[in-house]
Amino acid sequence: MAKTVAITGNVACAHAMRQIDPDVVAAYPITPQTTIVEEFSNFVAKGQVETEYVTVESEHSAMSACIGASAAGSRVMTTTSSQGLALMWEMLYIAAGLRLPIVMHNVNRTLSAPINIHCDHSDSMGARDAGWIQLFSEDAQEAYDNTIQAIRIAEHPDVHLPVMVLLDGFIISHAIARLDLLEDDQVKEFVGAYQPGYHLLDPQHQATMGAFDGLHGNYFEFKRAQVEAIRNSKQVTIDVGKEFGAMSGRSYGLFELYEMDDAEVAVIVMGSTAGTTRAVVKELRADGVKAGMIKLRAFRPFPAPELAAAVRDMKAVAVLDRAESVGADAGPAYLEVRNALYDSERRPAIINYIYGLGGRDVGLELIRDVYSDLADLAGGKSVEAVSYLGLRE
Amino acid sequence: MSSETKTQDRPAETGAEPKPGEKAWEKLPEGATIPEPGTADKYRTGGWRTDRPVWDAEKCSQCMICFMFCPDSSIEVVEGKMTGIDLEHCKGCGICACECPRDAIEMVPEDEIEE
Repeated sequence: MAKTVAITGNVACAHAMRQIDPDVVAAYPITPQTTIVEEFSNFVAKGQVETEYVTVESEHSAMSACIGASAAGSRVMTTTSSQGLALMWEMLYIAAGLRLPIVMHNVNRTLSAPINIHCDHSDSMGARDAGWIQLFSEDAQEAYDNTIQAIRIAEHPDVHLPVMVLLDGFIISHAIARLDLLEDDQVKEFVGAYQPGYHLLDPQHQATMGAFDGLHGNYFEFKRAQVEAIRNSKQVTIDVGKEFGAMSGRSYGLFELYEMDDAEVAVIVMGSTAGTTRAVVKELRADGVKAGMIKLRAFRPFPAPELAAAVRDMKAVAVLDRAESVGADAGPAYLEVRNALYDSERRPAIINYIYGLGGRDVGLELIRDVYSDLADLAGGKSVEAVSYLGLRE
Repeated sequence: MSSETKTQDRPAETGAEPKPGEKAWEKLPEGATIPEPGTADKYRTGGWRTDRPVWDAEKCSQCMICFMFCPDSSIEVVEGKMTGIDLEHCKGCGICACECPRDAIEMVPEDEIEE
């Protein structure tokens, strides 16, 4: 039976790690690190896990140690946030290129300058091309659930890629929420025993990993194979989400459709703002407005054809981006959704809002404004394509 | 983690021919792993060399100091005796010539070598 608890998102993630009991966790134990690894270190100290816990001197070293441990055939997890993820940069690409199924939380917080510790998605959006699968979470429950599913997705033989579980800094990570924890045995059974492919501590099948590709090597072909693996992860994510649902009662897919059956206008959003948007959709529905929401869970791989199909009959769609792609004059999710729609014969009008940068609060009022603009757009009025929601003007 | 617990199919060996209908990138080992040991031998680095170590067997005392210092395992040894230098892999760094206590190895520019 599930146990209902009131804990922070960070503690929820630490419990997921305890139940998974990975072979190795390497983490940098100083800010910008989160309390996830601090809580997890308590489980290590109390002997509640068998994990080898390596404290390293930087986030770059943390990911390096994770890569080494994973290449040695271990199930490996870590956690990071903000500048820490930025410092891991070059190692992120290596983890993905070597096809190592490392699972890492990233508590989404902004990047300096100016120095700001609060939530936005700048950190993980910057890592979107690193080859990691990226799963967003709406709340602490989803952060916990995604952590457990991420192990299965990462380690699936058709995938073998690292997974980043994303949760909004402070809003999810530090707020106490009510959620259901699975039984330890349920999680153990769900994730199963790790069966690595080639690894460095297997004398029966000696292998070299991370070697020079040669002066006329196959880098291009290896990248193509990596693309295939992350494409494969779509179906795996759906299958694992269903299986998780059968166990827990909470099913997952690439995105969630909320009140979309007859919706004429919709907001596409990631992370905790989906909760705020959901509340506004409820209000609008009570007033008879045909409003819906698409909560994007998988940003990488980006479910482009699936999203295009989901919005094809709508009148107007707004994409909310909690990150700015400076110089692109639009947010990253908007650009991808817009690109996904280009080949559709039927497609809605589409607008973009950059919101919540550096932790700027996003309340119901601002989301109501978005739906108000969508009503205008659906009614044929002109609305600015890209605008800033909650900017002091 | 023992080899007995493996269930996955191993990717094709490096250099295996693609099966019919299989694309070149599909036959590559996952993650650029080299699925066999000792393959550095196949990578010929001798072409990087500008100076060649020339060994004088008469001066050599078979002390094996060059063997221990060579970073490319290019000192050829048969039954405990140095027999020559592997010029397919020697990059010409000159460490052997520097370390040799008997000056039995001399670095000679490649363009001065008479074949």
